[in-house]
Amino acid sequence: MENGVAISSRGLVKTFDTREGTVRAVDGLDLTVRRGETFGLIGPDGAGKTTATRVILGLLRRSAGESHILGYDSMRDTYEIRERVGYIAQQFALPADLTVMENMRFFASVQGVSRREQARRIPELLGFAGLSAFGDRLAGRLSGGMKKKLALACSLVHEPQVLMLDEPTLGVDPVSRREFWEMLGDLRAEKGVTIFFCTPYMDEAERCDWVGLIYEGCLIAHDSPEAIKKKVPGRLLEFTPSDFVPAWRAVEEMDGVLEVQTYGAMLHVFVDDVARRREEIETAMATQGITCQGTREIEPRMEEAFISLIRRQ
Amino acid sequence: MRKRFKRIGALIQKESIQIVRDWRTLLMVLLLPVLEMFLFAYAVSLTVDHIPTAVADMSMDSQSQAFVNALIASGYFDVETYVADEKAAVRAIDEGQVRAGIVIPPDFSARVARGDAQVLVLLDGSDSSTVSSGYSAALAVAQARGMELVVEKVNRMGMGALGGGPSGDVTALPIATSMRVLYNPARDDMIFVVPGLTAILLQVMAIGQAAVAVVRERELGVDEQILISPARPLEILVGKMAPNLVLIVVDMLIIVLFGIFWFGVPFRGNPWVFGWLSLLFIVSGLGLGLLISTVAKTQKQAQQITMLFMMLCMLLTGLIYPREPMPLLVRAVGNLIPATYFVRIARGIITKGVGVSFMWRDVAILVGYSVLVMVLAATTFKKRLD
Amino acid sequence: MRRFPGLAGGFDWGGVMRQRVWAVIQKEFIQTFRDRSTLLLMLSLPLLQLFLFGFAVNTTVEDISMVVADQSHDRASQAYVSALETSGYFTVVSYVADQAEVVRAIDEGRAQAGVVIPSHFRAQVERGEAQALLLVDGSDLFTSQSAYNAAVAIAEVHATEVLVEKLQRAGLVQDSRGFLPFDALVRILYNPNLTDLWFVIPGMCAMILQTQTIALTTVAVVREREMGTIEQILVTPIMPIELMLGKIVPNILIAVVNMLTVIVLGVFFFGVPFQGSFWLFFWLALMYIFSGLGLGLLISTVSQNQQQAQQMNMALALVGLLLGGFMFPRDGMPVVLRLIGNLFPLTYFIPISRGIITKGIGFGFLWEQVLALLLYVIVVMAIAARLFRQSLD
Repeated sequence: MENGVAISSRGLVKTFDTREGTVRAVDGLDLTVRRGETFGLIGPDGAGKTTATRVILGLLRRSAGESHILGYDSMRDTYEIRERVGYIAQQFALPADLTVMENMRFFASVQGVSRREQARRIPELLGFAGLSAFGDRLAGRLSGGMKKKLALACSLVHEPQVLMLDEPTLGVDPVSRREFWEMLGDLRAEKGVTIFFCTPYMDEAERCDWVGLIYEGCLIAHDSPEAIKKKVPGRLLEFTPSDFVPAWRAVEEMDGVLEVQTYGAMLHVFVDDVARRREEIETAMATQGITCQGTREIEPRMEEAFISLIRRQ
Repeated sequence: MRKRFKRIGALIQKESIQIVRDWRTLLMVLLLPVLEMFLFAYAVSLTVDHIPTAVADMSMDSQSQAFVNALIASGYFDVETYVADEKAAVRAIDEGQVRAGIVIPPDFSARVARGDAQVLVLLDGSDSSTVSSGYSAALAVAQARGMELVVEKVNRMGMGALGGGPSGDVTALPIATSMRVLYNPARDDMIFVVPGLTAILLQVMAIGQAAVAVVRERELGVDEQILISPARPLEILVGKMAPNLVLIVVDMLIIVLFGIFWFGVPFRGNPWVFGWLSLLFIVSGLGLGLLISTVAKTQKQAQQITMLFMMLCMLLTGLIYPREPMPLLVRAVGNLIPATYFVRIARGIITKGVGVSFMWRDVAILVGYSVLVMVLAATTFKKRLD
Repeated sequence: MRRFPGLAGGFDWGGVMRQRVWAVIQKEFIQTFRDRSTLLLMLSLPLLQLFLFGFAVNTTVEDISMVVADQSHDRASQAYVSALETSGYFTVVSYVADQAEVVRAIDEGRAQAGVVIPSHFRAQVERGEAQALLLVDGSDLFTSQSAYNAAVAIAEVHATEVLVEKLQRAGLVQDSRGFLPFDALVRILYNPNLTDLWFVIPGMCAMILQTQTIALTTVAVVREREMGTIEQILVTPIMPIELMLGKIVPNILIAVVNMLTVIVLGVFFFGVPFQGSFWLFFWLALMYIFSGLGLGLLISTVSQNQQQAQQMNMALALVGLLLGGFMFPRDGMPVVLRLIGNLFPLTYFIPISRGIITKGIGFGFLWEQVLALLLYVIVVMAIAARLFRQSLD
């Protein structure tokens, strides 16, 4: 067992046989997550995030390659993994006809947590999740956000070393979302739990120590958020043209423009030299009778980095 | 390992809570067998009497009327209508107004005197029970009537000097056969039905409850969260089996108690032996249901298969239709159903009052069946999502 | 646009409605046919049942195993035993010493009947005071019934023959033939050879259709409610009755295929003659299928989840089977049960099925059942529609 590595995969492949043919959902995935790290697997829908997570957990059969959690092989040491990992599935269905308390006790007992420990941990976890007052409520009658929190609590009851979350904040209201991340932050700070999560939300990537950008089954970037953002060439200009389409076409052709992305009604233009190109762009727009509003340089975010990286594939 | 027991305990607890929370299903599982038992017990009857009959009496003389009266007196035939001739009788059967017809030709008395009278009995062949009852009843009445006439004739000839049996009647039958029906001398329908019925009802309940158990969670997506726990497939299955076992044992007690105290079926054998064997039987049924559940892809499929089993239970286990005449293949299918063995065991213990030594083969098969089915279920239970 | 006020809140058979119903039908079709394994199951299970039951149902019992304790071993006792065996009803499996052993054999299940003939049988017969004892296994309904009746009849006939022989020897009777003044000739209409299959197939057809249709509809609706997918559909402008119709249609198709398969197999493989009009049967069967589907919908409106639906389905199937007249004659049942039986469409369709297939009669004789079925369909569908609408709110 390599010291300090919580999760690793090398050349991981997962194929599905469908009516349309064979689909390679995960295509040669290499990733490493160190202990105590927060790792985000970021990518659009259908990129293979859920499949990769499930294969690493041993919930799906590996087609090729290798994957380990805490040094245990996903296929061979399935039960050792399950005792040490907490997981919230994408459709995180918990038995709806059990109460919050009954759910907690069930998962705790199944994980082998002693009665004494349960008496200590469960109230703590419920408090942590803000569900203390709902102990007797049927799980099916909780709101979406509360269900997620319950799922989190249940996944933590056996004090796992690794926590794997599949799109944990999908469909959750912004307030609950923030609370959820706060909870995870506390967890990491206090217990040093390795957190691995998948998300299509680029902004959540900012919260990670390490990011894996996944696209069509393999990683196109595996670095810290800052490093990834720096991968984008040039500097970023943003402005709102009065006439969108002609402006877009025009800017794309110009010298020194490395890349143009759209963002709502705005254009994001990557240029090699901000000062010089900014003037050139404004002039070019003016000749076409297009005014530019709110022109400024901005820091590229994950989204821009991601789109840029995808385009270069 | 203590952890294993803890896990199983947690699973059993969870399943129990879920069963109790769904009180409607719970109620049905407890009450339906009683309901079915009542219906079955009172509906089952293979002998039909009071068959609606049409009579075409083309003689209308003393002999013909005596014969018709004999038919009515037997209790098997109820004269619904008098018709003109054979054709009208057939038409009446076609219509469904009657299910049997008697046609007596003209000049009946004269023919009887000559000794060559013939009566035609028509039976509705679309209904098997009419046929089997009506056939033997008609022949029996004819024979009895014939004997009466012979007695008259011989007595008229004054042959008393021949001597005879204890009654001094020369025409008494030389061989008197007494019939005894073992275990059920009064030929009480309930005693025939209840023990075997117990087996069938328990089987159907067990399979029904267990068959949905696994598939349901899979369909709802709950299975993923449980799969990721360290619970082993066998433990999950045992967890599902245990509370259902309790439930169906309660069913068994209800059914048997009803049978004894309401229907008056005598329980001749050892109740403890019966209790343990029924436990074994229920386990085999639940195991079979769980196997179905792991194999079925959707609840719809599980339901279809369960329905099929129910039908098989009714018809192939020897409860109603005897197994001996069935072709080998059909009998083999019947052998795959645990109820087939338990029907014999139940009858053996309750009605015949025999001990295990008489039925060890059936018991051994049930044990083997339970083990096999659980092993199969545990191995086919998917540890992963694919 | 035509309106039928009062029925499910106005039955507007305009273009839009048709389109919506059609949309639901399409969706249901796609879902049904995409689920290949279930489809296979639904089409093959009835066949399986047909095969198994066609061969399982046996209304006449023969070759009942019998043990004999013959303590005389003379011509008279052997003649007696022989009479039992040649009748075809009994088969002697072994000879034992005495009554106790006969009982033991029956206890063990080695035989289902036994005969005990005491010693000096011949002499007793001559004196006219012989006694024989027949024992029958009373734990098994069918066999003991048949054994009992058969044994009684055979014993009596044999005794009569012995008497006739006696009288002949005494010169009282010239000719043993025709001694009994008359004879009963029994003719069985429609099924002269008592082929069991001819009894079974028409009833089987009715039964299979009933269980299938109820189960199919119930599952379709309850499943969606459970999975929550019904919510998505409800937000569309669809009316409950349209949803209902849409769900029913693909199931009708499957049920019809099942029915045709059973009939075709019955006629061409099992050789059951189809005496009546096929088209009449087809239309009436269609009506019957509708009634089953309506019943299924009814169940689905009161079930919260699939387990409940399952239990109710099974109970209904069992009860319908018992009380419908397929296995046991309805005349023999107490009034209460007969009334309950009247609540099942099966009860009306069995006479129709038997009537058309085996008897070959026409509508004229069946109009009562047909009317009953028609009324049933209408009532059930109306109730189902109303409850369905309520349950969705």
